Amino acid sequence: MSEAPREIPGILAGLVATAKRDLLLAWKRPGDVLNPLFFFAMVCTLFPLAVGPSAEQLEFSGPGVLWVAALLATLLSLNSLFITDFEDGSLDQLLVSPQPLPILVLGKTLAHWLTSGLPLVFVSPILAITYRMPLSVVGVMMLTLALGTISLSLLGSIGAALTVGLHRGTALLSLLILPLAMPIMILGANAVSLAASNDIYSTGIWALGAYAIASLSLAPYATAAALRISNE
Amino acid sequence: MWKWFHQLASPPHFYRISAILAPWLAVPGLILIAYAAWQGLFVVPMDYQQGDAFRIIYVHVPSAYLSMMAYMIMATSGAIGLIWRIKLSHAVAAAAAPIGAGFTFLALCTGSIWGKPMWGTWWEWGDPRMMSELILLFLYFGYMALRSSIDDTTKADKASAVLALVGIVNVVIVHFSVEWWSSLHQGQTVFKKGTMDADMRIPLLIMLLGFTLLFGAMLLRRIRTEVLFRERRTKWVREMILSPEGGA
Repeated sequence: MSEAPREIPGILAGLVATAKRDLLLAWKRPGDVLNPLFFFAMVCTLFPLAVGPSAEQLEFSGPGVLWVAALLATLLSLNSLFITDFEDGSLDQLLVSPQPLPILVLGKTLAHWLTSGLPLVFVSPILAITYRMPLSVVGVMMLTLALGTISLSLLGSIGAALTVGLHRGTALLSLLILPLAMPIMILGANAVSLAASNDIYSTGIWALGAYAIASLSLAPYATAAALRISNE
Repeated sequence: MWKWFHQLASPPHFYRISAILAPWLAVPGLILIAYAAWQGLFVVPMDYQQGDAFRIIYVHVPSAYLSMMAYMIMATSGAIGLIWRIKLSHAVAAAAAPIGAGFTFLALCTGSIWGKPMWGTWWEWGDPRMMSELILLFLYFGYMALRSSIDDTTKADKASAVLALVGIVNVVIVHFSVEWWSSLHQGQTVFKKGTMDADMRIPLLIMLLGFTLLFGAMLLRRIRTEVLFRERRTKWVREMILSPEGGA
């Protein structure tokens, strides 16, 4: 019996275990990861078809279009963040677990970012090149997307937690998250536009980094509180 | 002091006190608004740059200020409800949201009407204040949508309080990001106001006070109906309705 206290896993173990589990689930259901990526590519295709394929127009609107598409694709994937766990009851297991809930939530959000935000970052250069974005700007865009999607996943997890178990969840989630996510898109898209016009773009990058750090430290608590409320 | 505060937080007491208080806010508020409107429309001299068009300031500024104040009230009372579990404060938050959305809409409309003669356009996407006000309106919509889609009142109260608190952190970020963004395409639309003359300022201050009092009265009115609805199964409501006065 004296061994018992040692067997309680540490905080990091809880984080890693939740993240690992979600990554494994994503590996088993590749559609969940791929669908938002296809959606991202299709939204990027819609704009030239609607606005016209002239080169200077594409160059001008490229950063904005890519960012809007990335925002929408992230929203699409956020809906499934807690819903499957809610349906099969494993969310209740998270809630009653002795591990601190914000840390477990952080693990889930981390897995979400690795399966939604990070793939977007790596797919975006292909689309950016079709929008005639110079290679030096592509790097800046990938950096803003990487930082921005971290904040989007974290911010979105609050919305997903608030709407879990509601019937009209999908539309409601977009309605809640879009106004909150606007600053991220403004900062990201404008940093890329500035880089494209050879202007100083570092302000946007720093601000996105600050946003990511702030949401990393605050959002898990809000998500945990929201999960407890929606599962009372 | 604390005893009085606790009494106020109990729904029957609040219902009784607010019935007495509401007219004391509404009547002076309306008188002040009427006086300031008369001053602003007929007495205050024309602006040397904007002509008569500037007179819409007497509606625009108070509604813009109340749109933010209502959000503050909504978020703070939501937080109070979450922390101290005072039921009444959730009712305050629920009541403040539609009024706040209304004033935000009014501020956007009057701003747009003012913008047409001044900037030559109904809507200017590049103006930071217009953008943050629009995002504020969307936040109100999200808040009300969340509230109305959760059937259980206690759950809806808590969930929307969390959303309002997340929103309030974000309002600041929205403001700065939009400011940074619009400073990029700076130019034609920036109109500089000199210091305002006392003749123009005093009616505006009276108007602000009048709007605030009227807002207080509207808020009380909405909280009263909200309280009545939430307490509809309790004894005091039934007794009040069945009493000879029929309830105020």
